[in-house]
Amino acid sequence: MSVDMQMNILIVDDYKTMLRIIRNLLKQLGFNNVDEATDGSMALQKLRDKEYGLVISDWNMEPMTGIQLLREVRADAKLKALPFIMITAESKTENVIAAKEAGVNNYIVKPFNAATLKTKLASVIGQF
Amino acid sequence: MSGAVPAELVAKLSALKTRMPSYTKDEIQEVVTEMLSSMEGDLSEMNLKLYAEVESLARYIVTAKTEIAALRPDEIMSDHIPSATDELDAIVGSTEEATNGILQAMESLEGLTAEMDPAMAEKVTEAVTLVYESCNFQDITGQRITKVVKALKHIESKVDALVAAFGDEIAKYKASHPQAEKAAEDPMSDKALLNGPQLAANAGKQDDIDALLASFD
Repeated sequence: MSVDMQMNILIVDDYKTMLRIIRNLLKQLGFNNVDEATDGSMALQKLRDKEYGLVISDWNMEPMTGIQLLREVRADAKLKALPFIMITAESKTENVIAAKEAGVNNYIVKPFNAATLKTKLASVIGQF
Repeated sequence: MSGAVPAELVAKLSALKTRMPSYTKDEIQEVVTEMLSSMEGDLSEMNLKLYAEVESLARYIVTAKTEIAALRPDEIMSDHIPSATDELDAIVGSTEEATNGILQAMESLEGLTAEMDPAMAEKVTEAVTLVYESCNFQDITGQRITKVVKALKHIESKVDALVAAFGDEIAKYKASHPQAEKAAEDPMSDKALLNGPQLAANAGKQDDIDALLASFD
């Protein structure tokens, strides 16, 4: 199954520079339709307003964290199948377990590199 | 406790013992009263020891309070912690600004790859990607600094409680050490002139400095 390179991707992070970095790396990989949100609640609103093929979210944000966003997504009948990658500096085993239990598709630890991002993307949405 | 029981009381107790069980209630009451009164001296002595201990403890507390007041926790509250958190916020702000500048430059460079031959464009893109990856540091350092700021805020709340508890002692210490206050207020002392980089709001502008220098001519 081929990957839709035109899919909308939502990236969520409270650091503007991180949003910019992820956006630029996605652009290098061929994904140009990228929207941004700075916390979980803003992201959830965007997810309900527009169709997305993937969410890449930070964990540590206020007022709604990444894990809370993930739980909201999985609890929403329309969004529950949406691929979700967590990209965070939270690297404890407990965090990874909690994210997995909440239904995360993959997990990237910051700082990360472009190769890791590409590998994780491929594992979630397929080779591109 | 003093050991000796008064002889008169001993005699009465002996007399009662020989008459057992013919003693009266009043006689027992009298003896008990006398026994209690004979213990009064011992209780007073105990009380004195207790008072001495309490007094010693009070002196210790007063000394401790004075020493804590000398640490000037009010300054920690009013100057040091706010200054530290402001500096840390400034670090986050300046690294974010610098990172955005770097990213802006890289984006411009990446935009030029369309005009380069493919081999060159690939090399430039690789280099730009490395810069993007390296710019991760801003997010990581920002999060670490945020943790430190939270720790400082926690310390601030504890020191705040300390200042509230020792307010009088601090005021007394300040009143009795006016020299320390005066030295800290001298803006031209060598110590006062060592401040490092200023926060943006307090930093002197080059134009102002040039104007100041020109005013000496």
